[in-house]
Amino acid sequence: MATYELNVNGQRKQVNVDPATPLLWVLREELKLTGTKYGCGISACGACTVHVAGIATRSCVVPVSLIGDRPIVTIEGIGNDPVGRAVQEAWVEKDVVQCGYCQSGQIMSAVALLKATARPTDANIEESMGGNICRCGTYIRIREAIKSASGQLK
Amino acid sequence: MPSSNSIARALSVILVVCSVWSVLTLAGPARHQMSQKSKAGTATRADGLTAWQQIYSVLTHPRCINCHTATHYPQQGDDRHRHFANIIRGPEGQGVAGLNCASCHQETNADSTGVPGGHNWHLAPLSMRWQDLNDQSLSSAAVCRAVTDRSKNHGLNGPGLLKHHEEEPLVLWAWNPGRRPDGTMRTPPPLTHADFVAATRRWIEAGMPCPQGK
Repeated sequence: MATYELNVNGQRKQVNVDPATPLLWVLREELKLTGTKYGCGISACGACTVHVAGIATRSCVVPVSLIGDRPIVTIEGIGNDPVGRAVQEAWVEKDVVQCGYCQSGQIMSAVALLKATARPTDANIEESMGGNICRCGTYIRIREAIKSASGQLK
Repeated sequence: MPSSNSIARALSVILVVCSVWSVLTLAGPARHQMSQKSKAGTATRADGLTAWQQIYSVLTHPRCINCHTATHYPQQGDDRHRHFANIIRGPEGQGVAGLNCASCHQETNADSTGVPGGHNWHLAPLSMRWQDLNDQSLSSAAVCRAVTDRSKNHGLNGPGLLKHHEEEPLVLWAWNPGRRPDGTMRTPPPLTHADFVAATRRWIEAGMPCPQGK
């Protein structure tokens, strides 16, 4: 076991866990931030996506010992960001969600895309969102919502 | 009329001249090798080509060539299959926003989850592709030409290539590739890193010769 000081959604959090513990389980089990979901556990589905130093990161495969002092933002904190807020509002406007299980990861990837490319093409969206799987097949509404959010950004 | 003796003498002279010419001609490569040797120090062209084949055996090992693709995606595993999860090259060889290499690959290996890592994890540029669009390794001659072409290799000369092989973190990673998700160790290249660097040094001393052919 080891103690780590994490910067999560702008707050300092201390956890005492096995260094090999994936960040996902530190967020969910230690910090009770359960908006980030466990899907596949092998970084293949995108449900566990959070931002680490601004990079969309698959928290299920990143041991907490490798995080260091890089700031973490989860679905619980992304609404404090202007791009994150725009994406969440677009998600509501387009009624994207069906079962919702994958959607926190979808939103985190969409925010990362729009922060890098404010006016994404369909190809940009397919490439950036291609690692986020949705069993409900909400991909068309996800694309519409990303374009809607893009239109709201200066 | 010339006597038969004078004809025989003339033929002998011609024969000797031809023999000397033949010897000199056949000795050409040897003389070239000698000049290579004196020019480059202690290593001959043959030494260099032998060293290059050792280098080539490393460059085309899955730990190296999986990220020297000609395609828009990386490969993984000893069977060099396409990287899972729709990972693509992206404009800088680092994936795309939302799906970067760094979305999973950290500064070091994550042995508890089986994800390899190293500083600035990324694909090699397309100019340094060592395979074709069917994921088959390029020939030794073709890889050698690419490696020695400074318009393709980020301007690296001999010392630059040696430094790259000695110090580049992602090169070093190949000899510390970490564990697979099932807990077993990934396969390292066929030479030790020390032998790889030594072969690179011998190849450079020999003037960085490349094999002939396509």
